[in-house]
Amino acid sequence: MTVVRNYLLFLRRCLRVAFAGDWRYYAWMGVLTAITLAGLHAYAEQLAGGLATTGMTDQVSWGIYIANFTFLVGVAAAAVMLVIPVYIYRNRHLSDLVVFGELLAVAAILMCLAFVTVDLGRPDRAAYMVPGFGKLNFPGSMLAWDVVVLAGYLLLNAHIIGYLLYCRYQNWTPRRWFYIPFVFVAIVWAISIHTVTAFLFVGLGGRDFWSQAIVGPRFIASAFVAGPALIILALQVIRRVSTYVVPDEALLTLRSIVQVAMLINAFLLINEVFKKFYTDTAHGASAEYLYFGINGHDALVPWIWTAIALNIVALAILVLPVSKSLRYLNTACACAIVGIWIEKGMGLVVPGFVPTPLGEVVEYMPTWNETLISFAIWAFGLLAFTVLLRISIPILQGSINKENERAEIRGSGRSVRTPETRALHVQTEEEK
Amino acid sequence: MSDMHSTPGPREPARPGNDNGMSRRSFLRLSGGATAFAGVAALTAGLAPLRELASFTSLEKFLQKHYKEMTPREMERVLDRIAREVERQYGMRPHVRDLKPMDGVEFVYALNLSRCIGCRRCVHACVAENNQSGDPALEYIRVVKMPQGTFDLTKGEHNYEPESVPEEGYFYMPVQCQQCANPPCVKVCPVRATWQEPDGITVIDYDWCIGCRYCQAACPYFARRFNFKKPVIPKERLNPNMSYLGNRPREVGVVEKCHFCIQRTRAGRYPACLEVCPVGARKFGNVLDPESEISYILREKRVFTFILKEEQGTLPRFFYYLDK
Repeated sequence: MTVVRNYLLFLRRCLRVAFAGDWRYYAWMGVLTAITLAGLHAYAEQLAGGLATTGMTDQVSWGIYIANFTFLVGVAAAAVMLVIPVYIYRNRHLSDLVVFGELLAVAAILMCLAFVTVDLGRPDRAAYMVPGFGKLNFPGSMLAWDVVVLAGYLLLNAHIIGYLLYCRYQNWTPRRWFYIPFVFVAIVWAISIHTVTAFLFVGLGGRDFWSQAIVGPRFIASAFVAGPALIILALQVIRRVSTYVVPDEALLTLRSIVQVAMLINAFLLINEVFKKFYTDTAHGASAEYLYFGINGHDALVPWIWTAIALNIVALAILVLPVSKSLRYLNTACACAIVGIWIEKGMGLVVPGFVPTPLGEVVEYMPTWNETLISFAIWAFGLLAFTVLLRISIPILQGSINKENERAEIRGSGRSVRTPETRALHVQTEEEK
Repeated sequence: MSDMHSTPGPREPARPGNDNGMSRRSFLRLSGGATAFAGVAALTAGLAPLRELASFTSLEKFLQKHYKEMTPREMERVLDRIAREVERQYGMRPHVRDLKPMDGVEFVYALNLSRCIGCRRCVHACVAENNQSGDPALEYIRVVKMPQGTFDLTKGEHNYEPESVPEEGYFYMPVQCQQCANPPCVKVCPVRATWQEPDGITVIDYDWCIGCRYCQAACPYFARRFNFKKPVIPKERLNPNMSYLGNRPREVGVVEKCHFCIQRTRAGRYPACLEVCPVGARKFGNVLDPESEISYILREKRVFTFILKEEQGTLPRFFYYLDK
């Protein structure tokens, strides 16, 4: 029983620290909560009015929700790019940062699940996917695979970081057999979640734009650009707003991952574009729509060329030595993230539907309601990521631990002012 | 306090000199309460549109079993529920049945492209027979106007509106569910809400579909339609002869498609699109019966028969043919 009680005490302290912070923390969380609530309202509208409140049609039956889903699965998968150097190459610079990567993975998976849920016409029947109660079409449907691997990945990561953080809190040495095997499974699993997501598209033989063997490798390559790029930016925000020290070496290690992945991604893109345009068969109609438009239908053309420009800028900066300077590296990362978000989101999902299998060209434009829901899911994801960081950082730093548990409980049952909030609070004053 | 920075590494913050914790604490508690109240109020207001969802689902519907797992008694209860719902909404008691496939029957369709004049009467007969939504309009059959001399569908026109049909220099290609023997849509469904029946008809359990639209993405024939809105059927148009897997009114958020008029064909009648066709371009029947008209056509017109997108390996039960 004490085990359970101790764990509940730990959770209670985690919950309390999640609600404590300086005014900037409240402002940030307030803004994110407001956007999330606005999105919840938009989702209520969608539930009441049906998916007619979106820009989707029978012709283009997936839109910005599945686009974001695809991108975010990549982000989640790429979180392991921090794990590999630590556990396989024993790179010490990154060792504590693994937790941040895995927290990002958890937040990204939560966003993925939210994006597929809002895409469902009947979310009230989502439980029909639960084996036993419903009829999960496993292993037949790639969507069933995706549900299984995403849920598994969420559990794996939650276990690994949950265990490591609790050990740190209790000042125990983590038992290697209780997490190292999971770490290695998670590495393979990460590749699998993105491969399965690629197969979701590749498996549709009737859609030439997607049904290409290269989609899987490109998914992985672009994910290993966007994911670590996002982590590079996130780590710098973390070291600015908290007392946590992130060495520059860690950022530069990630830079070399982004660099190599970006080169591979560009190479694969060239392969794809060559195949689609040089052969000049009728199968290239979707690519033609994407890059040049068909008969004046060209909604995606400005987007894809923006993405290409951003990716080229990112690639150019990354291969040059200037990217060792953080300012340039950040520019490259931002360009790459936006570029890949466009190219692999809307640039992948929508052209697959245009023209339709019967040759009809119908364009897709997300509605305001749909866009708001998407923003809200991002806000919700950032909210989750921030809360997870808010809890984990003091634990990693040792300012919340078993020893000061008693002091806090004795002090005041309801106090929001725990030692760890003071650390943040003080830093604000310093900056003033 | 001293144990809070026990691990090396993090930057050491300075100790605070002046602590105004009490006032700050009470302020936080006060504003916390106000924030919580405002939050709950905002949430309630934000979710207000959900009030329109009263009839969206019920525990009875949620716990309803998959079509294939229902006992005959359970099915009876479900059919009764459907009849009650239709009566409430349309003021007419329908005849809802669950017709089973007949032994030794495999349905096949054939369409004579030399005859079709592109009048779209099949499209409208289908809508009327199968209780499709009028607003937004939902149609199972798409007639593509094709320039003569090509089968490249990208050259076709979908929204043609001439004074009269047929037009010189064109032929017409009606496309609907091809009832594939190897259906990609069935394979991808994550919850097995769609499957192929023994008589060759691919059906959907509208009460089981979760509305992910993966089947729409998988279909190479643009045969599946999604209810983006709550379907609206004019009362005077409602067809009361209904079946569970066929033309009973659908709900918002589920996929539907051509089912060879299952409520007619399993009772020995022809599909509505066939009956209405003014030029007799449409043929339908049991391919397992060598004496049937459809068997005769597939045998005799062999050279001039083709299936759509043969390279997809979907093995349609829908054939197109040309007169000699």
